[in-house]
Amino acid sequence: MSRGFGSATGGTDGYEHYDAVVVGCGPGGAAAAARLADHGVETLVLERGVEAGSKNVSGGLLYAEESAPYTLDDFFPDFRTEAAERPVTDYHIHNLSGNRVKTYDLTDLHEHDTDWCDAVLRRPMDSWLERRVHEKTSETGGGVLTGVRVNGLLRENGEIVGVTCDELDPIKADLIVAADGVNSELARDAGLMDWEEPDEWFQGVKAVVEMDSETIADRFDIEEDEGVAHLFSGDLFQDVRGGGFLYTNEDSLSIGTVFHLDSLVEEQAEPHELLDALLTHPLLAQWFRGEYDEREYAAKLVPDSKKVAHREPYRDRLVLVGDAAGQMQAQGPIIKGMNHAVTAGALAADAFVVTRGNADPEAAGRRYTTMLEKSGTMDKLRPRRYDISRRVGERDVVTNAVERVLDSRIGSVAVGNPIAERALKRAYNSPFLVSMLSDTRTGYVSLPALIGEEHGRTVHWENEIEPPTLAERIGDLTYDTDVGNPHIRLRDESYEASGAAVAACPVSAEDFGGGCYRSETVETNGSEERLVSLDTQPCVECGTCAIVADTEWEHPRGGKGVEYREG
Amino acid sequence: MEGIVRSVVLTKGVPDFSEGAVSFNEEGHLERGKTPTVMNPNDEFALQAALQTKVRHGGHVSGMSMGPPGYASVLEEAMESVYTDDSYLLSDRELAASDTWATAITLCSALEKYQEEVADVDLVFAGFKTADGETGQTGPQTCWGLDWPIVTHVLALDIDPDEGILRAKRLVEGDVDEIETVEAPLPCVVIADPEFEPTYRKATHRLTHKQLRGETRERAADHEEYLTTWDHQDLNLDPDYIGLDGSPTIVSAVDPIPKAPSEREATMVDPSDEDGMEKIFDEMHAFAGGD
Repeated sequence: MSRGFGSATGGTDGYEHYDAVVVGCGPGGAAAAARLADHGVETLVLERGVEAGSKNVSGGLLYAEESAPYTLDDFFPDFRTEAAERPVTDYHIHNLSGNRVKTYDLTDLHEHDTDWCDAVLRRPMDSWLERRVHEKTSETGGGVLTGVRVNGLLRENGEIVGVTCDELDPIKADLIVAADGVNSELARDAGLMDWEEPDEWFQGVKAVVEMDSETIADRFDIEEDEGVAHLFSGDLFQDVRGGGFLYTNEDSLSIGTVFHLDSLVEEQAEPHELLDALLTHPLLAQWFRGEYDEREYAAKLVPDSKKVAHREPYRDRLVLVGDAAGQMQAQGPIIKGMNHAVTAGALAADAFVVTRGNADPEAAGRRYTTMLEKSGTMDKLRPRRYDISRRVGERDVVTNAVERVLDSRIGSVAVGNPIAERALKRAYNSPFLVSMLSDTRTGYVSLPALIGEEHGRTVHWENEIEPPTLAERIGDLTYDTDVGNPHIRLRDESYEASGAAVAACPVSAEDFGGGCYRSETVETNGSEERLVSLDTQPCVECGTCAIVADTEWEHPRGGKGVEYREG
Repeated sequence: MEGIVRSVVLTKGVPDFSEGAVSFNEEGHLERGKTPTVMNPNDEFALQAALQTKVRHGGHVSGMSMGPPGYASVLEEAMESVYTDDSYLLSDRELAASDTWATAITLCSALEKYQEEVADVDLVFAGFKTADGETGQTGPQTCWGLDWPIVTHVLALDIDPDEGILRAKRLVEGDVDEIETVEAPLPCVVIADPEFEPTYRKATHRLTHKQLRGETRERAADHEEYLTTWDHQDLNLDPDYIGLDGSPTIVSAVDPIPKAPSEREATMVDPSDEDGMEKIFDEMHAFAGGD
């Protein structure tokens, strides 16, 4: 028996109505909501975390591109001083081959089209944005509500007219902005995105490491208002395609690794072990000097916009922005996501305002799509040259040829000569060339390893730090478990269907009983069967298992699940 | 009525009976001076019900308490936790040692004065019972004094301000617990059940709730500005009918309930002591299932 009373407010049909509902208060949602409020639109923002940022993770660099129509400080002028960490003033890539390291200065590439670029931590950043967005949207009759999970779309006669929530009655809106992240339930509900192919995704894991501001200044040789970015590639991650990064925050470091999800699955690699391979590499000893205090371990799925950025990210009154639309650009070693989410959010708001009053419910979505193209945003996300090379299948042929040459004696000589060294540095700094670096072993492993081998100097430092175990990392995270109400269900528990999650899940591992996914051998009628079991308690809600295993995957209810403090 | 609801919530300070806070003397009597005062836990539900009404319909909520000056902290707590707009403390020596009857008389006079001088009241909320007296009488007695209807054991409620009606779901305890839905005209006294849960299923309600939280933070920091204290003269009460003199209840004796003697005994055995372990197995054998 229901114990509550419904109380009728809002429209004549009993539904509450807002001009716009924005789902998610990350940078994309925040920009959309701020821009809508600036236009005077009554805007309700629904965020499932206890506070914005508590569910969010990023590697940590937020770009403001000169060519972008909008950047975050357009809407929040004091953003950089109030909510960001350090600007990136030095940018390097390290090509590693065992203990041999060849470092290139990547500052030219980094500065190409860059107005500014700051390291950020998502909990402090997004919670700051949430407060500003609430102030702005309150002025036009809306506001931000946290701890509310939007779980699907409200439809009338098959048409999307609003959202449904765990915590609230359904709400109607003229515009629905799905800024609900990489695991967007709205994008899936609308049939605009699926979670099928591992090769369309990256997975990143990150450690936020304690280091006070003076020590950072000393060990990285920077001033108070400066910061560094270091990238790492080569043979330290076995054959898994991907790389590592280190960014300086105000009083911590963000150190992480990002890998192609299909490669992780193929190699059955453990993400936390690959992170540890970076953390314990001798090159990092110069910064740790034997001290290591990890504040937080985090993980995130990253869409590869080249393959999944939706060309028409709308349906009816629903528009997708940011990760929800696959708008995450991997420009060679540089990953840009938050900036595109900001641009997309603001463009969606503009599109709604200019098409307001148009009887066609898809008018805003169509205009938004046009704006993404005209602003050049879509071409950054899905470069035409990549599509062409992919279509003719040239890439694989070229890659295989290059790979064979690199492996040969000729390859070593070619890459190893002094002229090649200069050319390689130039190549790394060319936005055009790095975007053409294929997604194969060549760009991530063979070439960097060969560069390290041929041009590198040997690092003799001892790195003696001991990163926490996976059990310790899980133990340090904060959870509010929704007991008895798991948000993921295994549809097929056979190892063939779901076994890949045991290694690929960032909080699971083979022979580890404290993670989400465990494999076990069960004897039935004399024959042995390998099965997978799931406990969602340690889940960090990255979504990896939704792709590599056979699951029914939803987010936990509002405020439940993992709560990141750094992000 | 203008579509907004005026509520008064009756609340009381009680000894903090939680482990570590409460202090007893050697005879097992509560040491009131050494035990801190907290808001009566059941009043929380009354306050939540008042807040829900304010969030849904707008209006004004006053906290009211009778007790020593220190009970202002309880009213301040009410302001911080459920955003009451102002506080009324009924306090002087003549009111000390009141039983439920004398308390109800005092509260009635205060509510009448409130209606004459402040505003007409639509709803009076009270908790289910206090953690110290546990009689559950003060609310109904106050209601009797006001000659208003009363709805007890309220689990959920909604107000129709235009019709001047309250609808409530209330728990009827019996062999089988039942929930009955009742209507009552305003003004009315509402006794919230400990199972009362406020529900905010509308975004607008949650936004209002959030706005109230912001406004209250400033107000609670300056609680004295919002506190009105009335003594028995303000309430025009004859000292013979209030306080100890006006309390017919006589507590003849307080007997501590003796602790039941423990029936369990423990024997420590070192796991490496083979004879000792053998003995344990022999003793446990009798309790084992099977043969």
